[in-house]
Amino acid sequence: MKLHEYQSKQIFARYGIPIPKGRVAATADEAKTIAEELSSRVVIKSQVLVGGRGKAGGIRLARTPEEAREVATQILSMEIKGLPVRKVLVDEAAGIAKEIYLGITNDRAARKPVMMASSAGGVDIEEVARTTPEKIIKIRIDPLLGLRDYQARDLAIGIDLPKDYWRTFGEIGRGLWQAYLDCDANLAEINPLVITTDNRLIALDGKMVIDDNALFRHNDLAEMRDIDEEAPSETEARKYGLSYIKLDGSIGCMVNGAGLAMTSMDLIKLFGGEPANFLDIGGGASSEKVAAALRIILSDPNVKAVLFNIFGGITRGDEVARGILAAMNEVKPKVPMVIRLVGTNAEEGRQILANAHMITANTLAEAAQKAVAVAKGGQQP
Amino acid sequence: MSILIGKNTRLLVQGITGNEGLFHTQQMLVYGTNIVGGVRPGKGGEWVLEGKVPIFDSVKAAADITGANASIIFVPARAATDAIFEAADAGIPLIVCITEGVPVQDMMRVRNYIDQKGVRLVGPNCPGLLTPGQAKVGIIPGNIAIPGNVGVVSRSGTLTYEVMYALMLAGMGVSTCVGIGGDPINGTNFIDCLEMFEADPFTEKVVLIGEIGGSDEEKAAEFIADHLTKPVASFIAGQTAPPGKRMGHAGAIVEGGSGLAADKVKALEKAGVKVAKHPEEIPSLL
Repeated sequence: MKLHEYQSKQIFARYGIPIPKGRVAATADEAKTIAEELSSRVVIKSQVLVGGRGKAGGIRLARTPEEAREVATQILSMEIKGLPVRKVLVDEAAGIAKEIYLGITNDRAARKPVMMASSAGGVDIEEVARTTPEKIIKIRIDPLLGLRDYQARDLAIGIDLPKDYWRTFGEIGRGLWQAYLDCDANLAEINPLVITTDNRLIALDGKMVIDDNALFRHNDLAEMRDIDEEAPSETEARKYGLSYIKLDGSIGCMVNGAGLAMTSMDLIKLFGGEPANFLDIGGGASSEKVAAALRIILSDPNVKAVLFNIFGGITRGDEVARGILAAMNEVKPKVPMVIRLVGTNAEEGRQILANAHMITANTLAEAAQKAVAVAKGGQQP
Repeated sequence: MSILIGKNTRLLVQGITGNEGLFHTQQMLVYGTNIVGGVRPGKGGEWVLEGKVPIFDSVKAAADITGANASIIFVPARAATDAIFEAADAGIPLIVCITEGVPVQDMMRVRNYIDQKGVRLVGPNCPGLLTPGQAKVGIIPGNIAIPGNVGVVSRSGTLTYEVMYALMLAGMGVSTCVGIGGDPINGTNFIDCLEMFEADPFTEKVVLIGEIGGSDEEKAAEFIADHLTKPVASFIAGQTAPPGKRMGHAGAIVEGGSGLAADKVKALEKAGVKVAKHPEEIPSLL
């Protein structure tokens, strides 16, 4: 789950990381009020959960409260990469002498958290990573020991930070580490961390991505989720513990297991169709979950056929079959449905579905071919 | 005949009284797995499954009395990490964690801890292992594979069943199937399994099933080129998946490789691996 910049920075501030004075606003008038309170030049920053806000014109300077209102009006009417801007952050503008990058994430290969810093911070850090990776200094942190002071110092030395800043940089590094740890973040990033013209270190921008699997122990963070930023069907899916991503094709897919779900999509394409979604009903899918999944798939008007591919393991075929029956009674689907059921309790499942008027298939390839054919309005092969 | 599990496996089930735990314990027993006990704090002294399996309050107590040499974990995600630590501290050499949804930071701590202990973990978020005709430690349906000489290793769950089922329909058997799980941090990776399959005299061919994300398949390809004498066939899921939501700068920086299926296929083919267009094609490539 991604957090907005303003949310991330509020968390950083709790861990002693200096951030600019400022607040979030949902209207241009609020933005003006905040600018008056700050009584300085301000930066108006769109709060959307995508990168490249600055390059899209979603981050702009305002010299007076009146200008703050005008700029906020414009930004609040923008769409950035398809996402409407609903909030802006109004921050005191800082005099920037230098931009640094500082971030922590999970290093999959090393199986440890990695803290990274670069003297070439700012909007082009991805470009830096690609073209001059040696400018990014990385240290791996032992998850059983945590960040050691010398490691933060090594980073400061590695990016040629002047000696006077080492202490503050170390404190910011420790704060960021603790925030990453306490929030179960997959990413905690300050870009840029700036040295101001009056020689202070400030986190001008912040980004956090929280591990969805850990939200059960972070009710406060779970409440920060901005449901305006996702498709309603995806919100609905999450409520039932389903993993759903809407796509543009015409064949709805309900599959158990992410790998098999992707494979089913691959096969639909291989046989000339287009999948309407990725949907993994997960392990141990209950009838209730299956019914919810079918409702979500059929809420997409592009869906011309539905492919069920269930290979029972922890998921039991009879349970899925009962869910499908319940869902069909409830939503009365008008599109043809192709089902393939194999594995644990598959025989029981097939008996339950015997009178459900579904097209059956034995192999994955056969199921995909039949789904493609009926979605195109043809007879099943 | 197998790697990691077989006739000598003496299995404990952690979380045996839960819905999934009990159901799959029953299935494993029916398959012929030697299940020596279960663990559920507070229910020590009771028996389940018509008095066939005794329950203990702790892994230590269970291991001391039963001589268990493997443990399988079905406990919910919020307690799974603790269950792994408990099994590792009780000296269980093979721990299989089926549970999905374990927080990734927990897994980093677990992995660094068990590496120091010299304990092997398979999973989490995995279907477990199956040595056809001998033992099943996990949730892989027993009736979709026959004993044979093909070693199977996979990051996916149900996709693995698909491949084994296709092998069986083609009359080909499996030595051992290891589902290593799809989480970013897990206990056992492709290379660990490839190394074991190469050393196992009863495994003559290997199937590797990967998916998009990370660079484990690329690393496996390098290992195959350098160390494997046995032929390998593969399938990579997600060849047509739209580019995923990226995790921000740091994610892109660390991941290195693109994580794309096309790059994985290319790396594997370069290492001499035959890559299938769809999973049911695999038997014909072996």
